[in-house]
Amino acid sequence: MSQPGQDAKFFQRGKIEELRSELQAAESKDKKYVKRKTVLKRIVANITMGNDMSPLFNDVVQCLGTPLLEIKKMVYLYLISYGRSKPNQIHLVIPYFLQDVNDRNPLIRALAIRTMSYIPIPVVTESLTENLRHCLKDRDAYVRKTAAICVAKLYAADPRKAEKGGFVELLRDLMLDSNATVVANAVAALSEIGDRQDGVIFRLNLATAHKLLNALEESSEWGQIYILDSLLRYVPERHVDAEQMAERIIVQLQHANSAVVLTTIKTLLYLMNYMENRKLIEHCCRKMGPPLVTLLSSGPEVQYVALRNILLIIQRRPTVLKNDVKVFFCKYNDPIYVKLAKLEIMYRLARAENANEVLAELQEYATEVDIDFVRKAVRSIGRLAIKVEAAADKSIEALLSLLETKVSYVVQEATIVIKDIFRRYPGKYEGVIPTLCTHLDLLDEPESKAAMVWILGQYADRIDNADELLDVLLDGFLSEAVEVQLALLTAAVKLFVYKSGSESAKEIVHKVLKWATEDVDNPDLRDRGFMYWRMLAINPSVTGEIVLAEKPPITTDSDRMDRGALDQLLLHTGTISSIYHKNPETFIRNAVGKALVDSPALNSNSRAVLVALPRLQVPDMPIVIPGPGPQEPQAQKRDPPPLASMSKPLPQPEEGTVADVEEEGESDHEDTPDQSKSDDPYSSLGNAFKDYMTDQPRPIVTTSRQRHEDEDLLF
Amino acid sequence: MISAFFIFNQKGEVLISRLYRTDFKRSIADVFRIQVVSNSDVRSPIITLGSTSFFHVRMNNLYIVAVTKTNANAALVFEFCYRFINIAKSYFGKVDEESVKNNFVLIYELIDEICDFGYPQNSEIDTLKSYITTESIVSTAIAAEESSKITSQATGATSWRRGDVKYKKNEAFVDVVETVNLSMSAKGTTLRADVDGHIQMRAYLSGTPECKFGLNDKLVIDKSEHGTSDAVELDDCRFHQCVRLHDFNSTRTISFIPPDGEFELMRCVTNSSSLQNTINPMQRTHNSYRSTSNVKLPLRIIPTVNEIGTSQVQYTITIKTSFDNKLSATNVVLRIPTPLNTTSVDCKVANGKAKYVPAENVVVWKLPRIQGGQECTFTGTAYLTSTTTRQVWARPPIDVDFQVLMFTASGLIVRFLKVFEKGNYQSIKWVRYLTKAEGTYQIRVSVRIVCQG
Repeated sequence: MSQPGQDAKFFQRGKIEELRSELQAAESKDKKYVKRKTVLKRIVANITMGNDMSPLFNDVVQCLGTPLLEIKKMVYLYLISYGRSKPNQIHLVIPYFLQDVNDRNPLIRALAIRTMSYIPIPVVTESLTENLRHCLKDRDAYVRKTAAICVAKLYAADPRKAEKGGFVELLRDLMLDSNATVVANAVAALSEIGDRQDGVIFRLNLATAHKLLNALEESSEWGQIYILDSLLRYVPERHVDAEQMAERIIVQLQHANSAVVLTTIKTLLYLMNYMENRKLIEHCCRKMGPPLVTLLSSGPEVQYVALRNILLIIQRRPTVLKNDVKVFFCKYNDPIYVKLAKLEIMYRLARAENANEVLAELQEYATEVDIDFVRKAVRSIGRLAIKVEAAADKSIEALLSLLETKVSYVVQEATIVIKDIFRRYPGKYEGVIPTLCTHLDLLDEPESKAAMVWILGQYADRIDNADELLDVLLDGFLSEAVEVQLALLTAAVKLFVYKSGSESAKEIVHKVLKWATEDVDNPDLRDRGFMYWRMLAINPSVTGEIVLAEKPPITTDSDRMDRGALDQLLLHTGTISSIYHKNPETFIRNAVGKALVDSPALNSNSRAVLVALPRLQVPDMPIVIPGPGPQEPQAQKRDPPPLASMSKPLPQPEEGTVADVEEEGESDHEDTPDQSKSDDPYSSLGNAFKDYMTDQPRPIVTTSRQRHEDEDLLF
Repeated sequence: MISAFFIFNQKGEVLISRLYRTDFKRSIADVFRIQVVSNSDVRSPIITLGSTSFFHVRMNNLYIVAVTKTNANAALVFEFCYRFINIAKSYFGKVDEESVKNNFVLIYELIDEICDFGYPQNSEIDTLKSYITTESIVSTAIAAEESSKITSQATGATSWRRGDVKYKKNEAFVDVVETVNLSMSAKGTTLRADVDGHIQMRAYLSGTPECKFGLNDKLVIDKSEHGTSDAVELDDCRFHQCVRLHDFNSTRTISFIPPDGEFELMRCVTNSSSLQNTINPMQRTHNSYRSTSNVKLPLRIIPTVNEIGTSQVQYTITIKTSFDNKLSATNVVLRIPTPLNTTSVDCKVANGKAKYVPAENVVVWKLPRIQGGQECTFTGTAYLTSTTTRQVWARPPIDVDFQVLMFTASGLIVRFLKVFEKGNYQSIKWVRYLTKAEGTYQIRVSVRIVCQG
């Protein structure tokens, strides 16, 4: 049908004067406008290459008189690029626009308003608004669907003008249009406006939500995404409403477009918070698994999006994919980002029943080439040992064989995790300490060094030559990283407590205390030095009790993200936010946060951990817009149900709760430093490897409550 | 939503640049060039700098890039990039630097149509082709009526099909194409085996045909006829926009009005791991890897790799077929990894050709055809240079590519395809089956160290 293009030759820098004279020459003897077409193509190519073509404005606009659609489209493209920079000349174009807006051909009408709305300067906006109103009621659906998006553009250019012009109400009417494509675009435009900090608030009531669902099946795949996405603006008041809606949308999980699938999952996860029927919730969870697995046969980019989301979903809904750990085994040629994401999921899904398989895989990965991947694999082996007791023996064996490779980064990772394993299973694996000690010289990173130093100090009574080894490590004390210095200081004190009779231990502790208090600038280190010094001076035996006090064993139970934070993050399933596991308002300027909204149907466990949003900057003047379409009598009687209440501001967070809850939400990343209060200097090292351990082992103390709570995540 | 769309070549030159929003200037392209194109270690397809996120998909040395300043739907953005690539393929064959440059005006038209203000719009190829063409269209009133037809199709419930399609001979071709993904451990146990099935259809049918399509889907067959054993359990199916999902959900019937020409009707995944749900938990702990019974692996590879001292590695690799004698595997290519310090490899094969490719550190063994029941063996010795430090050799798996016609690894069979149309014409249907592997059929290797002497 279409012959292959031959336009590559136009990718050459063109001089303005040359192009201008060619355009002028083309005005005569231009059969079928071939000459003009050629010059315009050269101009468009030059725009693409980044050459400024704006001086040709007047000449290019002249071409609009040509009755060739191809030329018109190129001129329009030119106008989109330079129209904004020519406020004084743009009026030349307006008559052409106005002519096109009234063309008999719907494609031309749509093209005209689409292009005008891309040029947000007052002259154009002015003549656009006059015509947009007609276009929103055009008899052709294509024009209406284009006009709907134009309203969003108009709103972006001049929010108050769009509001005063009543365009938001017109959009809202379009949500009830007979054509599904128009409905979907109206929803997309309203959502865009609703997501602005200064925008009109966009919420849905039950009747409108159902109207949108009716349009779902006839919408294009993209339209389905816009509609499904908007359902999060509907807050179910009754369990049954949420349940019916979930049953209606669940078939969309079978759609070929991965964004439809993920958006459906987002909506289902949202609705599940308002559901009561246990069977149905379980059914939804079961239905979600296979489509998520199927996403892994998409392109690697979509796989990555899916994997990052799966990691969140399985924390909140542990039954999903519970038996599918094998699906996440890495393929040799997976891109590295896919491998790393899979690794985390494998660890999450590991339990006694599949630990052997997972461990065998991890061992395989530990011999690959990518350093980052290998490190993470080695760490995962250690974490597996901590998480699944049944796998601890084999994991230790695996780690020991990895130590034999003598590959520096492997040994360092292994050392770090073995330290944690010691703490998880006290008195069980200390036999491997001699092996660790033979690899001292391979440790050159602060985290692994600190881990080894901790082991030396903690078990100094079992290591015959602990004082010698420590002395070797002390050689470069003043040039070490602070975390290593802290570790050395504590280890020296422990050594002295164990071996108070030994001359060398006395010498070491004296040396270190002197350095720490006199030669070091870091206040933490100095303070700790003084503290130990005084303790030792006042009462050495109590010092022993304090420094070698029994440590709480660590577990990985608490590595699951806090439920309230999860509920909130899952409202962003499929978005950039779900890739980074961060709420959008924390890293995107002007992004508006989301939170579950309380309603009588919200299940009590979700309510208990409800995260309140920081107060929104609601516009000074409340904008009152009556609800759309058929009024809903019974909904009106009740108080909370928002009757299409785009006018209703979001619930204000209660005073005082904001800060608290926010902190809790962030706890996942930030509460490790708290542990520096304990006497274990290594607990503060959590951030040393940044993203390595989003779910780092932590002391058990505060978690008993949480664990209990997590047992029933269904509600 | 999407603020800007770019295509870059390998050097980082901009081939296409379209800003949908005013929150960026064209110079944002430079940021991408620095951060991704000239960065040799890109570890994510999404890069976020401040509030700006760059999404990219690589395709034949091109970067297809979307930029946003919002918390955009990442899956949607990538799907949009994939869709763009598909449309471009359909319009001008391959998608590479040359074809993009040759069709840049057309591409600008397309991306203006399929994305408005960063919101993807109707992108059905069939419809697009009816009004975005390379031919010159004169915008006169005569075109208006024709356009109304187009617009109602582009926004309608069956936006993928024109109403006025006519064929002299009504035919429909169904291709069941299955890609087998296999990951086998060195001990010969299946770590993971699944089949990624695509049902591709080429419909050359007049009017508005209503189609019904049936597979040997276990859920359907178990209900209707008891005792048939060749039914297949489909873990998950994903359908083309045209399939009525509610019908499938309630009665498992696949009914649709097809687009004209070629399209992917459905994708289905048959998974080995789903078996795990049914297996007795006691068994699970004792039997850490189970071979899978529901995926029929067409080829089995049995590798023996021995390292003799530090100077030689010996290979014996046998291929066994597990399909009917009447069938054959074609275009079989094995990639057998060799250590990085290999100088030469002695290859001995009775079938096909084997050759050492130093640039990729593999021996490539090509067999044009293996008949069912046949067995082929490769023996070879790789000679290594002595190195003072042993290089880390990641021991990549052996990789096998092949095709087997008229065979499905999942056992999937098309039971019927019915076409109803008010014209009541006869239609001819053709079904083909193909099972293949391309870079995903992998057998891990364990190297046994044999001491000399």
